[in-house]
Amino acid sequence: MSLQKLGLVELHKKFTAGEVTATEIVRAYFLRISQVESKVKAFVTQTEEAAYQQAECLDQKLKVWRKTHPLTGMPLAVKDNICTEGVPTTCSSRMLQNFAPPYDATVVSRLRSQEYILVGKTNLDEFAMGSSTENSAFGPSRNPWNLHCVPGGSSGGSAAAVAAEECVAALGSDTGGSIRQPAAFCGVVGVKPTYGRVSRYGLVAFASSLDQIGPITRNVPDAAFLLQAIAGHDPMDSTSVDRPVPDYMKALQKRDLKNVRVGVPVEFFTEGLDPEVEQAVRPAIGELKQLGAEIKEIRLPRTDAAVAVYYVIATAEASSNLARFDGVRFGFRAKETKDLLELYMKTRQEGFGPEVKRRIMLGTYVLSAGYYDAYYGKAQAVRTLVCQDFDAAFKDVDLIVTPATPTPAFKLGEKSEDPLQMYLSDIFTISVNLAGLPAIALPCGFSGAGLPIGLQLIGRAFEEDLMLRAAHAYEQSTAWHRQKPNLR
Amino acid sequence: MEITQQDVEKVAQLARLAVTAVEKETFAKQLTQILTHVDTLKQYDTTGIEPTATVTGQVNVFREDLKRLSLPVEKALANAPERESDGFVVPKIIEER
Repeated sequence: MSLQKLGLVELHKKFTAGEVTATEIVRAYFLRISQVESKVKAFVTQTEEAAYQQAECLDQKLKVWRKTHPLTGMPLAVKDNICTEGVPTTCSSRMLQNFAPPYDATVVSRLRSQEYILVGKTNLDEFAMGSSTENSAFGPSRNPWNLHCVPGGSSGGSAAAVAAEECVAALGSDTGGSIRQPAAFCGVVGVKPTYGRVSRYGLVAFASSLDQIGPITRNVPDAAFLLQAIAGHDPMDSTSVDRPVPDYMKALQKRDLKNVRVGVPVEFFTEGLDPEVEQAVRPAIGELKQLGAEIKEIRLPRTDAAVAVYYVIATAEASSNLARFDGVRFGFRAKETKDLLELYMKTRQEGFGPEVKRRIMLGTYVLSAGYYDAYYGKAQAVRTLVCQDFDAAFKDVDLIVTPATPTPAFKLGEKSEDPLQMYLSDIFTISVNLAGLPAIALPCGFSGAGLPIGLQLIGRAFEEDLMLRAAHAYEQSTAWHRQKPNLR
Repeated sequence: MEITQQDVEKVAQLARLAVTAVEKETFAKQLTQILTHVDTLKQYDTTGIEPTATVTGQVNVFREDLKRLSLPVEKALANAPERESDGFVVPKIIEER
């Protein structure tokens, strides 16, 4: 059996037992990449040479004393908006095409301290703004299940790389569904942790009150394993929360869902939902019941407001965060400008792509004098209502189950001309970010055309353990996650 | 909400973003479409509802004001588009009389 067929937990066991060397792992993965990457286009940067060097170093060291961390020798990919010292971090933007960060993101330094191996940096929609990777300045990634379809976004490169077995697991970031939607489209597992659970230090900021980093993996135990490595308080991110991190792997041991109440929000099963998705999600809910969960119908009446609230708040925060790209200290600078104002204006015109510009414009507009109260103030108030809906629901249930996306993966080019239609494809994931809750997307079936369909479980804040346990119980009772795309 | 090309021009200036004539037309159309969707928020009564800026409930996280290592000059300047000795080069800001 080829090494790249093993999941993260399995590979870790084999490596810890000394049955395989780091060099063998790296060789297997770069062989795989050489076979499929020209089709999938998951990576912006591959770090092959450094990976081999590091693997040799590790193998030498372990010969003397075989002491390993959970991620020692594990080949991971990192979304290209997460800073890696000395390794280009482009955000798939012309603006940062030649930017090599002078420091590591906290999640990366945690992985590094565990001696992980970086395989490469994965493609995304420019500055994580999009749902398909079509907004990447370096061209879109492809869905390994159907190369004419998008992998989803914005963490589409990470999801595609995991599905195509080009890395054992990956990190993504999720502002409105950017981990869960591509995970669902590519038939893999994606976790958006509770806001504040994982440090955002070194994640290039898009919308600071919504962004979270999380794992994209082949199965639920792998997600728990990787989340364990990155979760926890960080003094460098004042919004990260100082609370103990539970033992996520231990939480998976309980295989039934007795005494767990699972809510099904009626608002998520309306006319916008593709019948094929509903036909996969309904039996999944039945399976949760079989496992002992009590299924209850619930209401989240302000669900319809989420997309509008999101596109005011996220763009407002983005317009402020992206003000730093001014061509002065780092990144792209326009040539031959006559004064400072022109330097700013031309640098930003030439450095940013259309979607980023659109969002900067929208965000600047809703924050501008005369419109602030009507748009930004209103959206913040309706955000409170969306949070109240979840608070009320979680008085009666412990978890909420929904489809992860209204449809399976769409075709490249299908929505790229219509920003609003593209925005509306995130309708099932966005409200979770507004409320700062943890959620997981995992495979629950396939469409007639053979495209994966994803289930979403939403937990209470900081209750990733229960969410992962339920997802694992479901995964154990089905075989969807064992199906692999045929990439020849 | 109807966004005109003049609105686009004004906002682009605020955002320090140069826009072409074609972009002005496209953005005016697209922003109008998106803001029309955003206008659906008016149906929600938010009288007396506190705005949510962040969800963790944390305010004013302080740390001790201690001396600590910061980025060395060479590292801070490594990505500079244009540098001279220990500084970033920018166009002249102060005008001559």
